[in-house]
Amino acid sequence: MYHPHTESDREEMLKAIGKSSIEQLFDAVPKAFRFPELKLPPRLTEMEAMGLLQDLAEGNETSRDLPMFLGAGAYNHYIPAAVDFILKRGEFYTAYTPYQPEISQGTLQAIFEFQSHVVNLTGMEVSNASHYDGATAAAEALNMARMVSRNKRTKAVISPALHPHYRETIDTYIQGENFTVVGPELDPASSPDALFGLIDEDTAVVMVQYPDFFGRIYDLSALAEKAHAVGALLSVSVNPLALAMFKSPGEYDADIVSGEGQPLGIPLSYGGPYLGLLATKEKYVRTIAGRLVGETVDVNGKSGYVLTLSTREQHIKRDKAGSNICSNQGLMMLAATVYVSLLGREGLKEVAALNYHKAHYAAEQIASLDGFELWSDAVFFNEFAVRCPMPVAELNEELLDAGIIGGLDLGDAYPGMENVMLVAVTEMTSKEDIDYLVTALQEVANG
Amino acid sequence: MAETTIYDKSSPGRRGVRFPQPDVPLTKLPESLMRKELPLPEVSENEVVRHFTRLSQLNYGVDIGFYPLGSCTMKYNPKVNEAAARLPGFALIHPLQPVDTVQGALHLMYELQEHLKEIGGFAGMTLQPAAGAHGELTGVLIIKKFHEVNGEPQRNKILIPDSAHGTNPATSAMSGFKVVEIPSDGRGNVDLEALRAECDETLAGFMLTNPNTLGLFDENVCDISALVHEAGGLMYGDGANMNALLGIAKPGEFGVDIMHYNLHKTFSTPHGGGGPGSGPVGVCERLVDFLPGPVVVAETIDDGFEMPFYRFDVPKYSIGRMKAFHGHFGMMVRAYAYILAHGAEGLREVSEYAVLNANYLMHKLKGVYKLPYDRVCMHEFVIEGRWSGIEDIHALDISKRLMDYGFHPPTNYFPLIVREALMIEPTETESIETLDAFAEAMLRIAEEAKTNPEILHEAPHNTPIGRLDEVQAAKNLILCCGLPTQYAE
Amino acid sequence: MKVESGLKYTKKDEWVRVEGKTATIGISDFAQEQLSDIVYLEYLVSEGDEVAKGDEIGTIESVKAASEIYSPVSGTVTALNEELLDTPETVNSDPYGAAWMIKLELSDPSEADALMDAAAYEKNVAERDS
Repeated sequence: MYHPHTESDREEMLKAIGKSSIEQLFDAVPKAFRFPELKLPPRLTEMEAMGLLQDLAEGNETSRDLPMFLGAGAYNHYIPAAVDFILKRGEFYTAYTPYQPEISQGTLQAIFEFQSHVVNLTGMEVSNASHYDGATAAAEALNMARMVSRNKRTKAVISPALHPHYRETIDTYIQGENFTVVGPELDPASSPDALFGLIDEDTAVVMVQYPDFFGRIYDLSALAEKAHAVGALLSVSVNPLALAMFKSPGEYDADIVSGEGQPLGIPLSYGGPYLGLLATKEKYVRTIAGRLVGETVDVNGKSGYVLTLSTREQHIKRDKAGSNICSNQGLMMLAATVYVSLLGREGLKEVAALNYHKAHYAAEQIASLDGFELWSDAVFFNEFAVRCPMPVAELNEELLDAGIIGGLDLGDAYPGMENVMLVAVTEMTSKEDIDYLVTALQEVANG
Repeated sequence: MAETTIYDKSSPGRRGVRFPQPDVPLTKLPESLMRKELPLPEVSENEVVRHFTRLSQLNYGVDIGFYPLGSCTMKYNPKVNEAAARLPGFALIHPLQPVDTVQGALHLMYELQEHLKEIGGFAGMTLQPAAGAHGELTGVLIIKKFHEVNGEPQRNKILIPDSAHGTNPATSAMSGFKVVEIPSDGRGNVDLEALRAECDETLAGFMLTNPNTLGLFDENVCDISALVHEAGGLMYGDGANMNALLGIAKPGEFGVDIMHYNLHKTFSTPHGGGGPGSGPVGVCERLVDFLPGPVVVAETIDDGFEMPFYRFDVPKYSIGRMKAFHGHFGMMVRAYAYILAHGAEGLREVSEYAVLNANYLMHKLKGVYKLPYDRVCMHEFVIEGRWSGIEDIHALDISKRLMDYGFHPPTNYFPLIVREALMIEPTETESIETLDAFAEAMLRIAEEAKTNPEILHEAPHNTPIGRLDEVQAAKNLILCCGLPTQYAE
Repeated sequence: MKVESGLKYTKKDEWVRVEGKTATIGISDFAQEQLSDIVYLEYLVSEGDEVAKGDEIGTIESVKAASEIYSPVSGTVTALNEELLDTPETVNSDPYGAAWMIKLELSDPSEADALMDAAAYEKNVAERDS
């Protein structure tokens, strides 16, 4: 039990407030509904609960048990021990939003450094203190672009190669409003050039992913020019690890960057909590969702950090706020800040390069098999799509029998792509794992 | 005392961590697409660890002391929950793995859905929302879709009490609803007459926080539900204050159709310096088909064993996906561990002691601090941080002075309907000794306000930094560090 | 708190000075006091725009609060005080003078007659502040 009350504490407290029983404190609750029975399992001691949880945990196949080739927005990367060591400090994880800056400088400065890392990786000018995840950050990016156009523009042009979950989340966020999304109906194999024809004066934002859902990297200069020519914004959803290697969206003159920060030191954890990134140009700072930390001075002139521009937010603007977000991903933000600080400039480049070379080795080996070919010849980072000689669903079952968790079946989200597998390779994937996958694919495909 | 930034500590050539050499042949790099500069710091592991350890020492958390931040339920975060969430079987699984390789995780999610349904009295549950505000958005979108499917798209108005959290109106507006504020009556309940006047054919729903942000259980809750339901609206329950109701009442039974939980408040998952939260949403029977997908369902396969098989399903009229993947699974593990550790009996004790602690503390402060609504409170209460005859003392001054006494301040200036509000939520995990010590500090501060107001104005005195200039921060925006030395011009 | 005579006021604390067909609009001393240190001002209209009485024409923010500015009268925007955008703190120091915000050419000069005069506004504020 986590409450400290003894029998005598309880008596003393009841006496002080003039009540004879705790039940009396609930007289305002309608009698018919008061003290319902809860049908829950009996309480367990810590030892028993942990035993049960361990059993459940062991009921899962992990990335340590089996070679894993799944990515699609969540990647198996190495997390240096120091990251979790810092995360476990109670001063960080048992604090809340730094409303009282005098006793929250630790969290505030960590956010300030996080904002700096995001700005430097993305080539933007300002970053918020984080958002829920890559999908919701993309939805907020779209919302920002609408605010920039003062809700006058009613269309978003979205690449068919944006993560299907992100697209679905955007659809959920905008449902029933006078706003339409075009682009997802295009051929997913097409390059961003295919979006040009859809961009017009009514377009608030053009949104692409970088690397895109299929792992591909395109030069975005022409797309930025097309968007800006009609007064639309360019929003880019990123994998920040790829930005250690490839040109930043800022170099292409993107206006808003959203992204999924999970690759920066956050465990797979079955899909969350992860880390939404949201950054933009300084001129759009007032439309950004979520917390911002700024540097200032205290009464004695000593420099320190505070939450700033909070008048944009729900607790002040209420129904006039641009977003309803109230939290950030504090602890995940801290993980990414420590991770980027630890790896630093050289370490991050090194990991990105490892991902690149290993993924290319895997792609080349798989493509050399009879019946397999790369789905695209575009430049890619650590993930690629491969056309297989049979449905991926069947292939993956066979791979699992061989002790491999195969890549993503693209037929689930893209009708007609049932034979195309999205394969992710990271620094955690050894050459042996790749060679084993290649052998298994060959055996399965050749019956 | 001040800690320089990690960028200030950068020195070219330093490394915190190294990675192995590639074990595969290298591939040519696409030069035209490569970036030239990567202006990130270069620091050793020791420096990184010291830096963040020092930063942590500038923070105040529940592990350090009493944190009565109203409406945030800053209860103790059990350590076993942290250990459980980090088990490799939970931390190292991918969200898109075949479901037959993650039956342990799905079992946990299914059971958590069931337990949360039982605790709140709901027929369906989604674990997907990432936080309380995200749960609200889920719920309000369900309201919208429900009326659309029922052929009543003209229902475009959401009613919200004036005591509500800012997220309620922000969420409703974000979902395209018109927001109408309903005043509170003299006892802090929703004003029934004002509510009645707004119950018409455009009513989509009513967002009720109960206990409300004054810490009071709304005595008219049955009348409110009846009015809203008769007018064809839905009742949304903001579950931010569920810490008062575990085993005390099920919102689903007193008329709430949709409610979000805050796992980081009620179910002890850590607040993490601002998040991640987790905001599961429960719904009544007629709204089950509108939940965001996917939800976990159990099916029994006739294979000779009785073990159910778990998989995902998307409800028929689902509002769609709220985020990538299945929600904050790491938080679900912690909340599940918390429910296991309590059972029905333990959860009721949680709420009983949360309410007892709040009433005890309120009793100790009342008389010296003005209590705008003098009733038995639930898990929190609101006092005024001002006295007639003492000019220029504000709630903020009291809060800042509390830091000198070693306590985290209460929530300031909320709810908006109380002047100079101080909102105090002690939670059940605090001892009578802690409550007494806090009350004593509050009484001494009240005395100081009369005898030595300067000491309040200038507070805090004992913190790593003094009051900060927020005006300068907003006017002269500095939102990131300077570049590492080699990039600085 | 200062209430300047000769101006007309709204319940939402805007003031308007009518000179012939021209109306000059700002926010009152009481409004700036309530907001405290003003750090940001934005106009939601441009020169040449038609505005109706009650339309949102701007937003103003301090570090603690944000407030909308509504047009007290109807007309066509003829000038915006652009300088004020860079020095919004002027609203704190000179709300009735240098901190004027928007000038309109009135479509119905009699519209302002219905607004409160200085004495009525002073009374209105006193009631709210109690």
